[in-house]
Amino acid sequence: MTDSKYFTTTKKGEIFELKAELNSDKKEKKKEAVKKVIASMTVGKDVSALFPDVVNCMQTDNLELKKLVYLYLMNYAKSQPDMAIMAVNTFVKDCEDPNPLIRALAVRTMGCIRVDKITEYLCEPLRKCLKDEDPYVRKTAAVCVAKLHDINAQLVEDQGFLDTLKDLISDSNPMVVANAVAALSEIAESHPNSNLLDLNPQSINKLLTALNECTEWGQIFILDCLANYTPRDDRESQSICERVTPRLSHANSAVVLSAVKVLMKFMEMLPKDLDYYGTLLKKLAPPLVTLLSAEPELQYVALRNINLIVQKRPEILKHEMKVFFVKYNDPIYVKLEKLDIMIRLASQANIAQVLAELKEYATEVDVDFVRKAVRAIGRCAIKVEQSAERCVSTLLDLIQTKVNYVVQEAIVVIKDIFRKYPNKYESVIATLCENLDSLDEPEARAAMIWIVGEYAERIDNADELLESFLEGFHDESTQVQLQLLTAIVKLFLKKPTETQELVQQVLSLATQDSDNPDLRDRGYIYWRLLSTDPVAAKEVVLAEKPLISEETDLIEPTLLEELICHIGTLASVYHKPPSAFVEGSRGVQHKRLPARAGSGESSESPDVGQPGGAVPDTPPAVIPSQGDLLGDLLNLDLAPPASSAPTVTPSMQMGAMDLLGGGLDSLLGGDIAGSPAMGAGLASAPAVMPASLGAPVSSGLDDLFDLGGGVGMPTGAFVVPKTVWLPAMKAKGLEISGTFARRAGVMQMEVSLTNKAMSVMTDFAIQFNRNSFGLAPAGPLQVLTPLSPNQTTEVSLPLSNVGPVMKMEPLNNLQVAVKNNIDVFYFSCQYPISTLFVEDGKMERQVFLATWKDIPNDNETQYQIKDCHLNSDAATTRLQSSNIFTIAKRTVEGQDMLYQSIKLTNGIWVLVELRVQTGSPTYMLSVKCRAPEVAQLVYQCYEMVLKN
Amino acid sequence: MIGGLFIYNHKGEVLISRVYRDDIGRNAVDAFRVNVIHARQQVRSPVTNIARTSFFHVKRANIWLAAVTKQNVNAAMVFEFLYKMCDVMTAYFGKISEENIKNNFVLIYELLDEILDFGYPQNSETGALKTFITQQGIKGQHQTKEEQSQITSQVTGQIGWRREGIKYRRNELFLDVLESVNLLMSPQGQVLSAHVSGRVVMKSYLSGMPECKFGMNDKIVIDKQGKGGTTDEAGKSSSGKQSIAIDDCTFHQCVRLSKFDSERSISFIPPDGEYELMRYRTTKDIILPFRVIPLVREVGRTKLEVKVVIKSNFKPSLLAQKIEVRIPTPLNTSGVQVICMKGKAKYKASENAIVWKIKRMAGMKESQISAEIELLPTNDKKKWARPPISMNFEVPFAPSGLKVRYLKVFESKLNYSDHDVIKWVRYIGRSGIYETRC
Repeated sequence: MTDSKYFTTTKKGEIFELKAELNSDKKEKKKEAVKKVIASMTVGKDVSALFPDVVNCMQTDNLELKKLVYLYLMNYAKSQPDMAIMAVNTFVKDCEDPNPLIRALAVRTMGCIRVDKITEYLCEPLRKCLKDEDPYVRKTAAVCVAKLHDINAQLVEDQGFLDTLKDLISDSNPMVVANAVAALSEIAESHPNSNLLDLNPQSINKLLTALNECTEWGQIFILDCLANYTPRDDRESQSICERVTPRLSHANSAVVLSAVKVLMKFMEMLPKDLDYYGTLLKKLAPPLVTLLSAEPELQYVALRNINLIVQKRPEILKHEMKVFFVKYNDPIYVKLEKLDIMIRLASQANIAQVLAELKEYATEVDVDFVRKAVRAIGRCAIKVEQSAERCVSTLLDLIQTKVNYVVQEAIVVIKDIFRKYPNKYESVIATLCENLDSLDEPEARAAMIWIVGEYAERIDNADELLESFLEGFHDESTQVQLQLLTAIVKLFLKKPTETQELVQQVLSLATQDSDNPDLRDRGYIYWRLLSTDPVAAKEVVLAEKPLISEETDLIEPTLLEELICHIGTLASVYHKPPSAFVEGSRGVQHKRLPARAGSGESSESPDVGQPGGAVPDTPPAVIPSQGDLLGDLLNLDLAPPASSAPTVTPSMQMGAMDLLGGGLDSLLGGDIAGSPAMGAGLASAPAVMPASLGAPVSSGLDDLFDLGGGVGMPTGAFVVPKTVWLPAMKAKGLEISGTFARRAGVMQMEVSLTNKAMSVMTDFAIQFNRNSFGLAPAGPLQVLTPLSPNQTTEVSLPLSNVGPVMKMEPLNNLQVAVKNNIDVFYFSCQYPISTLFVEDGKMERQVFLATWKDIPNDNETQYQIKDCHLNSDAATTRLQSSNIFTIAKRTVEGQDMLYQSIKLTNGIWVLVELRVQTGSPTYMLSVKCRAPEVAQLVYQCYEMVLKN
Repeated sequence: MIGGLFIYNHKGEVLISRVYRDDIGRNAVDAFRVNVIHARQQVRSPVTNIARTSFFHVKRANIWLAAVTKQNVNAAMVFEFLYKMCDVMTAYFGKISEENIKNNFVLIYELLDEILDFGYPQNSETGALKTFITQQGIKGQHQTKEEQSQITSQVTGQIGWRREGIKYRRNELFLDVLESVNLLMSPQGQVLSAHVSGRVVMKSYLSGMPECKFGMNDKIVIDKQGKGGTTDEAGKSSSGKQSIAIDDCTFHQCVRLSKFDSERSISFIPPDGEYELMRYRTTKDIILPFRVIPLVREVGRTKLEVKVVIKSNFKPSLLAQKIEVRIPTPLNTSGVQVICMKGKAKYKASENAIVWKIKRMAGMKESQISAEIELLPTNDKKKWARPPISMNFEVPFAPSGLKVRYLKVFESKLNYSDHDVIKWVRYIGRSGIYETRC
């Protein structure tokens, strides 16, 4: 018999004809007519007008006809609720039928009719069916409770169906148990706090027994339910695992994945040193690999899950790299996922194989796949340092193919490689620049611009290149505009003389002609920075960037934990929590992994959320997206390197100032005239900058100062921690950091020389420019052995004060030249004035009084030192160790007055009155000196000594 | 759980539409058609989320099967169910085609009602389903009470895949060990990856409820036995057969998994007729039946010389069949000249490949093909990707080395013993993805 003819009726008056046939006396004709109705319904025609006629056919012995009528009822009852009542009697009658198949059919269908009036009549038959002698009826009734709950939850609770359902968990028939578990799990999901499932060791035992006996689907329901249970201790956890592991050999992939979910979750509780833990890990790998020989759709689900498992427990699949190699005719979705996992599993041991594969993939046809393969090569370079060189040369080969999207993708990843290995592969820049014109995607353009800006000093025509981008500035995407702005500012700071016009142009484009707030804000910030304090600007914009981490695209640990609890489900396929794609209350509950036993038994223990040892101590940093405004602006990814911070104080200005002079003046002039907002901004600029830096810097700073205090202890004098004076970037790989100290009466410049270049450095020498206090090296720079790459050497250079004198601005500025076999480098640094305080600086009382009076009051400067919690005695001791001597102490009305004297190396005396109010953290400082210029420096010195 | 299930033809017309849950509206049917079947770009994932509704789809020939849900369902289960659904339909009416589906739509609705309840998959074993869902459909009223309860206990019971009271005059069983051997080889002849995925397919025509036990030369089992008996002979059974290391295996739901886990013995009550007893995977000591040695030389910009040698690597007494070597050619090929020593070779422009077919080839032989490929000059900058050379064949042995040691049948209630059962075992090794890069 062929039923397809029912699909072809498209005559007019069809409904009328069907009506007649439905009311025919002949059974066969009736059945034919109902079939036609169902066919019309399927293709979307509205046949609801036939409702009474179809329902009339319900009273029949013919099971097939009955089923067809039920099907019709389920579809249309909701639109015809009043007439649906007509069917109730038949349902109730069918629920009493001697044939269990018919009883089940009736209760199954009734639950699908979502009409309130019908549900009322459903309760009694359902109650009977839940206790039916036939398991087929019971298993159908169990699901029906869930259906009813979906329509009217209150009714289900009032009628006590939930308790009956719970009883069914102990049913003798495994399929009834499985369906009851499924129904209860679903109901429990919409009542997150109810203890519906009430899982306890006894009920778990029942479930585990049923697990061995029920159908593959039932096994899935039970395993998914088990995954919600939290065992009391590691022993229970282990015994459940033992009973679940046989499921890993099931032919049904869903059973396997659900078993994996239970194991992954309960494994959290097992102590890692347990033998069983290792056995379990080994058992997990083969079934996961076997999933990859399933049908492609299942492979996809499996791969998405493996991606999670690899992130959570990389050890499971670390030796299975080969199975993730892409096959030529894998569907694209399988290919892309495999590639993802390959990158995650890449390690030094297998990198050669992986790279060979990736190179193959990069020549395939599918654009997305090729792009991802190219990106993967870059990731390998970043992840496995030993392979970086090979990766870079592979990428260069790919660029030579000139295939547009390959080139662009390669440039994006090369940018990251530069970030990971600065000063190593810059030789390829020339090749990259050749492809400038072919770049049409924002990400590639932005990456290229970043490279040009970052290495502006190495690229002869950097200004031309950037200028060429500037022409179509407003047509670029925001990403490119922001990057272009930053790159040009960098260029300006590196080559100020030639690029003033360019920077002005870009700043005005960004601030005046753009509607994009991000761009405008960034433009203004640069503008202020450049006009207020070019030195700080340089420190900020050209600060050394922290290296990027090797792992990328990692899922955030708490989300990962949640997703592990959802293995096998849609959440694990989307890599999103259920709340992101499920409406309403269902499944919004966040799941968590259990805590490992031993890290505290009770669930109240604070580390519940973080299973001990499971989460790595320092969560790996992730490369932030391009949109990370502040980070990007400062050209830093995370907190800026603390080392550069201490020198950024508003009042400091280096000799570098004049090299910016002209450009700035013109900037300033034009700006104040042009925009009043800018003028206001300028006034507050010095305050703004440190504030914005403050937050991220402070913590690092504290650490450093702690360290400094520790180092300085032996002599007792306070030593400023080392700061970077000359970043490697500016000195062909030589990084110099240092500080000044006074040890045993000798001034010392303590420097660390670090070789960040690839070749050995030798022949170091140092020289100072003339300076305010005539500081000069008292001996040669003692670097005995050649400095090999990545090596650091510490040198103490004794200083004398007999060098040529020239007043510097600021007073304590020191210009230094350092030479090595590569080149001569210049930098300037500032020494704390305390270096110059001599040991015999204690004045006689009488002399002090006389001198104090002698110095004109105009020379007296007053300062406040806030937030200092030392009492006067402690302060005295601490200052003394820095050669600030207290001559007298007087107490007036609870206020301690300390009179102190300091002598500088060139014989200048500084007299100080320090007022300490008991209980108040603010000190008053009056400084009197014949050379009032030093007062400010003395104040800074007090600040540092007292607060550290 | 699954909220609805739709079947479409290649044009996107609905053939079957069954909604199980209230949250799935009629518009879901159209959403899938518009966004997936008629999508401008090929859909690149088997799971699609459209307006917070998730669609899972599989394709059989040009028929689309889609399961729909709004919840966080078990995705693996949904796909397994869709495959099962295809199996069930095939078992009832053969190939899944538009015509067959239209011809059997009433039956399909009946099946869908039975195997999916409120979106929860129920018993979907064809053996059991066929006892009460028949194409005649009228069986219902003629059944006796015993028959009815027998049906329900089978559908819900522990052995849902087999009914009671099966009788055969001749008790017979067939075991097919079907393996597909997969290889990826570098141009230099280095094995990049190789594995065998095998299946043991059983056709059983046995009376009653027979208890079966299956044994093969699994290394773990044989090592264990070796320890029990004479320890020196570990690794080799008494007949001197080599044992093999099985990486992983999965079983039909009739196999008692907990017993396999504890004793590694495979015991079960088989379904009646044909089914897949187990699947397995091996990666060690694989016999690669053929070795392909490619030589591709680019002569200038418009000519390519290809020489491919194949060597058979198995006992000379065995014959491989249906050998086919597929040598890809660039897209801008204008003409091909082929010379081969054995079989027939043809350039198929539509497939961009030279297809070389050999009907039969004995072991330890070698054969060769050489071709000259003329190319049209192009200004396409992109290099030819050089897809790998693939091969198809069939050999009468198991490349993994797997051997069936025994299949014992016990039926205590009926009076036939293991000796009375006629057993047939056959080994077939086929090429899976058997590729050599060139």
